[in-house]
Amino acid sequence: MLERARRSLARIGHNFIENVWRVGAMARFFVMVLAASGTSVRRFRLVMREVYFTGVQSLIIIIVSGLFIGMVLGLQGFETLQKYGAQESIGVLVALSLVRELGPVVSALLFASRAGSAITAEIGLMKATEQLTAMDMMAVSPMARVIAPRFWAGVISMPLLAAMFSAMGVFGGYLVGVVLIGVDNGAFWSQMQAAVDFRYDVMNGVIKSFVFGIAVTVIATFEGFDAPPTAEGVSGATTRTVVSSALAILALDLVLTASLLRGDH
Amino acid sequence: MERTTIDLWFGAFVLAGFAALLVLALKVGNLGQERATSIYRVEARFDNIGGLKVRAPVRSSGVLVGRVAEISFDNERFQASVILALDSRYGFPKDTSASILTSGLLGESYIGLDAGGDEKKLADGDRISLTQSAVVLERLIGQFLFSQGQENGAKK
Repeated sequence: MLERARRSLARIGHNFIENVWRVGAMARFFVMVLAASGTSVRRFRLVMREVYFTGVQSLIIIIVSGLFIGMVLGLQGFETLQKYGAQESIGVLVALSLVRELGPVVSALLFASRAGSAITAEIGLMKATEQLTAMDMMAVSPMARVIAPRFWAGVISMPLLAAMFSAMGVFGGYLVGVVLIGVDNGAFWSQMQAAVDFRYDVMNGVIKSFVFGIAVTVIATFEGFDAPPTAEGVSGATTRTVVSSALAILALDLVLTASLLRGDH
Repeated sequence: MERTTIDLWFGAFVLAGFAALLVLALKVGNLGQERATSIYRVEARFDNIGGLKVRAPVRSSGVLVGRVAEISFDNERFQASVILALDSRYGFPKDTSASILTSGLLGESYIGLDAGGDEKKLADGDRISLTQSAVVLERLIGQFLFSQGQENGAKK
């Protein structure tokens, strides 16, 4: 009885220490990636190739989800605003919630599950089949040749994807609000323009998605690099990428919102 | 330099991303609205500004003529000091009055300017002396109830 309690306590402690170790290792890994980024600048084509695989191929899911989310926001917002006779404010509701929160957060979540998991699986499998070791043997740094281009590709893609997501979402809100329900077109856009500030709303969203891009790609590349070189290990690492990216995105979002939001806006 | 399909995709992707940002800035945000090229600043003091905020519109006859640039509290007169940045295309007489109004019942607060009859125009750094404070709904209800109570008392 006592023995079992002691053992479960030990397991909790072990898990805790393991996670603290991971955070520290990830920070060291992040610095190593930055230090190995010279190759990514000199051979920019490597980064472009990864932008194609992570960014361009995520376009469909980003655009379609953005459109759907904007349309849902339009429908739900109309339901509520109609009660107060303020249905023209539907544009403000859709645009502000997309630009400030949903655009960066949802597109980062989609990016983590669409591209982050692929990065982890790819790097994990490269490690399992000893391709990374082979590179090292040929005096090619896997950090500079494999990890850094994927990291920079994610950092470049994420803000652009978030911007496309928000723009598509506003278009979806326009489709539902103006085309389908018949809110006045002029009031829809002019109220939106009066309420959305470029610096405090649009740029804050860009800053957010930039930070999310860094977080997601660091987690994805680290998990792949750190995966045990077995089939099981790679699958576990892929799962961990999606779970910890989602947690990191939401936690960072809280911190960023609290620090970027100003009282008078 | 040899060209590959990846180059094309990368270029299209980055262009699409920046196009989306541009749409957000110009069509959704306020960057596309014409900025007043030159402005002049006048001060107005109010006893109570209610829910007025920085960047709130300044309107005259319903037309946007400027924005609220600064709000501060004057600790000597115990009044709110509001700096208005007015578009220099529009000139107003010196005895123009400013009042804090609300668009709709629950809408945003804005400043309404009513032109006076003075021949001299307001210039940069001038002060609008005729002001009317914001109507605070709670006070209005309080006054109404108070006057009702007085009437009832007088009847008895």
